[in-house]
Amino acid sequence: MAIDQKTPSEVHPIDFEKDVIQRRPLTTQTGMGGHEPRMIGGVLSGDDNMVFTTVNQLVNWARSRSPWPLGYGLACCAIEMMATGGPTHDMARFGAEVFRSSPRQADVMIVAGTVTHKMAPRLRRLYEQMPEPKWVIAMGNCASSGGEFWDSYATLQGVDTVVPVDVYVPGCPPRPEALTEGILRLREKIFKGG
Amino acid sequence: MPVIESDEGLETEELILNMGPQHPSTHGVLRLVLKLQGEKVIECIPVMGYLHRGLEKIFEWRTFHQGIRYADQADYVSNMLNEHAYAGAMEAIGGIDVPRRAEYVRVIVDEMSRCASHLIWLGTYALDLGATTPILFCLRDREEILDMFEEICGSRMNFNYYRPGGVLYDFPPGLLAKLERFLDRFADHIENDYVALLETNEIFLERTIGVGTVPAEVAKQYGVTGPTLRASGVDWDLRKDRPYSIYPELKSFSSATAVEGDAYARYKVRLGELRRSIAIIRECIANLPGGAVRARLGHVWKCPKGEAYYTVEGAKGEVGIYMISSGGSATNPFRAKMRGPSFTNLQILPWLLQGRLVADVVAILGSIDIVLGDVDR
Repeated sequence: MAIDQKTPSEVHPIDFEKDVIQRRPLTTQTGMGGHEPRMIGGVLSGDDNMVFTTVNQLVNWARSRSPWPLGYGLACCAIEMMATGGPTHDMARFGAEVFRSSPRQADVMIVAGTVTHKMAPRLRRLYEQMPEPKWVIAMGNCASSGGEFWDSYATLQGVDTVVPVDVYVPGCPPRPEALTEGILRLREKIFKGG
Repeated sequence: MPVIESDEGLETEELILNMGPQHPSTHGVLRLVLKLQGEKVIECIPVMGYLHRGLEKIFEWRTFHQGIRYADQADYVSNMLNEHAYAGAMEAIGGIDVPRRAEYVRVIVDEMSRCASHLIWLGTYALDLGATTPILFCLRDREEILDMFEEICGSRMNFNYYRPGGVLYDFPPGLLAKLERFLDRFADHIENDYVALLETNEIFLERTIGVGTVPAEVAKQYGVTGPTLRASGVDWDLRKDRPYSIYPELKSFSSATAVEGDAYARYKVRLGELRRSIAIIRECIANLPGGAVRARLGHVWKCPKGEAYYTVEGAKGEVGIYMISSGGSATNPFRAKMRGPSFTNLQILPWLLQGRLVADVVAILGSIDIVLGDVDR
């Protein structure tokens, strides 16, 4: 109900204990996880368009809403990453559809595919070119742990040997739903200030 | 830096421009070192190996059956066709007769895979040229194909579906009806979406017609295969020129060719292949025989001693596996060499880019349709 439609009897002075503390909304930021709703500090809104929060929480909330990924397709997973951004598994629902070509405009590096020893220094450099704050999703078995190329002479055994990884998405390649879940988990992590 | 007098009389310096390995238009992790003189490319050196995973060595370390899974990884956009080459090489060494139904199933999944590959190419190529809409349409149709692949073999990509002597599973009930309904929709989408969007688009026509022309002689000299060769007027299609599986029996099969040899001709050929794939799948569904989908090879099948080179017409050209089996108690191939079409087709790129404008680099690179997994292996 909009404010101007309120009848005068509904308008009353704010009682902090009654109107804010007790009416604090239960915020779930878990996306598809199916967790119990729990009380976490977040943006609070009352009926009178009042918002109580800290700057830190507000910034984290804003950051978590649109993590722009770096279009870093390496191998097979890149095709599934494209499918995730495509019309069927619309990643724009979670604000993460804008694949940036330049690392300087990206928030999240989705390492989609096998990282070879030849590619690893470039990966590190791209990571360093990304502005803070930045996050990394290791998509697929190859990027997470080496995967099926565990005994190859040419591949890196997990991208976490080169850059810090926030979310691991298993699968070979992961389904688009799995990558979406990974992005939602990352969202949750960013929201909590991670 | 040498100062070069350009055609217009302006003095320009030579400029080395690195394109890649992280670049949205290189279709993976290819790096191009371009030597520029003003806007003109005077030399192009492709640098590969950023996705070299040592597949051929891994083939030697895995059993014959496990190798099929790794053949998937080479051309990860059209996985089934790689598996066909790998399984076919084993069958050629072992002299295995594949049941009729398995051959039909193979041709159906091969052509579906070809459609999926061409759809990815069409979408990304249009994206390279600045058109954002086609990729959304292409991914919509590709998703339907992948859903059917998931029903058939449980995976959207990297299927592990072929076996020596057939395929792993028969089609699940109801799949063929679903596939036929999809083909009707898909045929409609080709004419009303892709053709309508691209062939009436002035920018697309301007950027492809007459760009990157490969004469037939040059294409043959460089060993180019697949749609890139057929677009130059050479009617060379392994499905009819080195027949395998049931392709010689199919009445609806004909290879798509064009004579111009430019990027637009390659686009036309690939779109023609999509239409022909639909016809082939329809004919296979109509004539699908009954029976087993896998030859009985016993509990433990050991590949006998021998060597074979088996080729299939992949989405990008000739996919070949040259396999040597040492026989006896060996469980692994002694050597499996993979001939990737993208690697061979990429050879022509420096020739094509010489003297072209730098703005055409992406249009030409995209039109020869490379997949870096297939280039580096």
